[in-house]
Amino acid sequence: METLLEILADLHPDVDFTKEDKLIDDMILDSFDIVTLISEISEAFDVTITAENIIPENFNSAQALYELIQQLEDEE
Amino acid sequence: MLFTSYEFIFFMAVLLVLYYLVPKKSQWVLLLLASYVFYWVANPAYLLYIGVTTVTIYFGALKIEKNLNRQTEYIKLHKEELSKEEKKEYKKQQKKIRFRWAALFVCLNIGILAVVKYTNFFLTCLSPVISLFSGNEGVSVVDLLVPMGISFYTFQAVGYLVDVYRGTIPAEKNLFRFALFVSFFPQLVQGPISRYSDLAETLYAEHSFDKKNVAYGLQRILWGYFKKLIIADRIFAAVSTILTNQEEYQGAYLVVGMIFYTIQLYADFTGGIDVTIGVAQTLGIRVQENFNLPYFSMSLKEYWRRWHISMCNWFRDYIFYPVSSSNALQKFAKFSRKRFGESAGKRLPVYVASFVVWFSTGLWHGANWNFIVWGLANWAVLMISEELEPLYAKFHSKVNVKETKWYRAFCMVRTYLLVCCLNLFDCYSSVTDTFRAFKSMLTTFNWQILWNGALLKVGLSGLDYIILAFGVLVMSGVSIVKCKTGARDFVASKPYPVRFAVWFGLFVIVLLMGTYGIGYDSSQFIYNQF
Repeated sequence: METLLEILADLHPDVDFTKEDKLIDDMILDSFDIVTLISEISEAFDVTITAENIIPENFNSAQALYELIQQLEDEE
Repeated sequence: MLFTSYEFIFFMAVLLVLYYLVPKKSQWVLLLLASYVFYWVANPAYLLYIGVTTVTIYFGALKIEKNLNRQTEYIKLHKEELSKEEKKEYKKQQKKIRFRWAALFVCLNIGILAVVKYTNFFLTCLSPVISLFSGNEGVSVVDLLVPMGISFYTFQAVGYLVDVYRGTIPAEKNLFRFALFVSFFPQLVQGPISRYSDLAETLYAEHSFDKKNVAYGLQRILWGYFKKLIIADRIFAAVSTILTNQEEYQGAYLVVGMIFYTIQLYADFTGGIDVTIGVAQTLGIRVQENFNLPYFSMSLKEYWRRWHISMCNWFRDYIFYPVSSSNALQKFAKFSRKRFGESAGKRLPVYVASFVVWFSTGLWHGANWNFIVWGLANWAVLMISEELEPLYAKFHSKVNVKETKWYRAFCMVRTYLLVCCLNLFDCYSSVTDTFRAFKSMLTTFNWQILWNGALLKVGLSGLDYIILAFGVLVMSGVSIVKCKTGARDFVASKPYPVRFAVWFGLFVIVLLMGTYGIGYDSSQFIYNQF
């Protein structure tokens, strides 16, 4: 989770990702951020996020994103 | 049968009466019949194209869902026997099969779109090569029928198929209900490109007569007609005069023409969508908004979240994300990091994926190089803005203006002018002519045309300008009201005489001051060619 929070903070240093749970709904993360995130997460966690996984539910909070990563790690 | 025709008004009147008389469970059937009648009146041959798309996508989705269900059953049945690796391998194989079915039907339908819309474009591009081998100079164009709205309904159907493939929606089991989703007539003209998950429930539901829905729907239609007939069709006269004669109209004329075109495009496109959403609302059906006050945007990035929202979301979800998350681009991301460092390595894959999106968006808009250049010009501006972000952040950290009204106004005006310039690529089929126009704007100084009466000789009279100014003011006023509340809610909250005056007044204005048959096909909406 720490690694993920570092990645997110690098994108938007001014956002408190431990508290925010509407990252997509409030447009804190836009589509460019998501694509950058996919690439960073793939590098850091060695998982593959596909287009099917890119839904607001998976990206609205750091916790949701971490759960996605764990799910993908289990599947691979 | 187009939105601003008497035939359409008669069609809607009859449909509305029948819709609320038939048994509610048959309402969707009536809508399907109405949609096919609507399309048949436009051209009976269109029905073949929309029929092929409907049937192929319908069967494709069922095939994919059947495979997914079989996979789930198999895993459930052999849960204890199969190892984790075996389950993973089985799922991978089945996904490959589903992918092949999805790819087949997507390629078939995009292929139909490509052939009818882009054959002549490809032939023109390949003309030098073809001439080399054939010995003839140039190639003959092919006369192909382009069904109305083919770009819209094809994308809508393909989006549905991909959603079924992704498992986010169930496949529609009833072919005729699916046919209604593809052919729902208000959307055939200019979209929006709806998602099955947004539209299906409201489309197939049983609708009782609701006075508010019918009233608000009719008001929305009237508002669309106002924008189209009072503003768009009127201002077209000047746009057409100025922008089709670059020899005579240079410098300030072109600036005026460019701004007028953007006003025309806004009024025409949003007016058409107002009619679409209004028609649907009279039937109790909720169609998603396609615009959100785009000229209040502070940047081009924000503009593309507010303009033609359904198209942008479609390209984001079905092109941008799949391309970005593809193996090829992930490998490129790794390579970029190693070759160009972390910072550039992070940004390059985004830029490549965006390039694909904007190239496709340009191509979707029209079968000509000027549209592709328009798309790539948008891409270039967006990428440059991304690169300048650190500079902007530094500026704002030193100069505290970001939240001031004048800075916000500056950003809105800057974005508006940028959009005007980009839209100019729409107006000339030759990209060279567009650049020639920009050069003329910057080098020919004839701003006296603004006060010496020259602008009264470009197809608009003094009265036309007064009506246009009134129309643009009303349009802007409504937009400002919409920032806080719905415009119809705002009017509905006023006393009855005020409400009556507003709507009756609008009706009379459209009737008396609408631009009807000026030598331009006033029943065509700009985006109707899609």
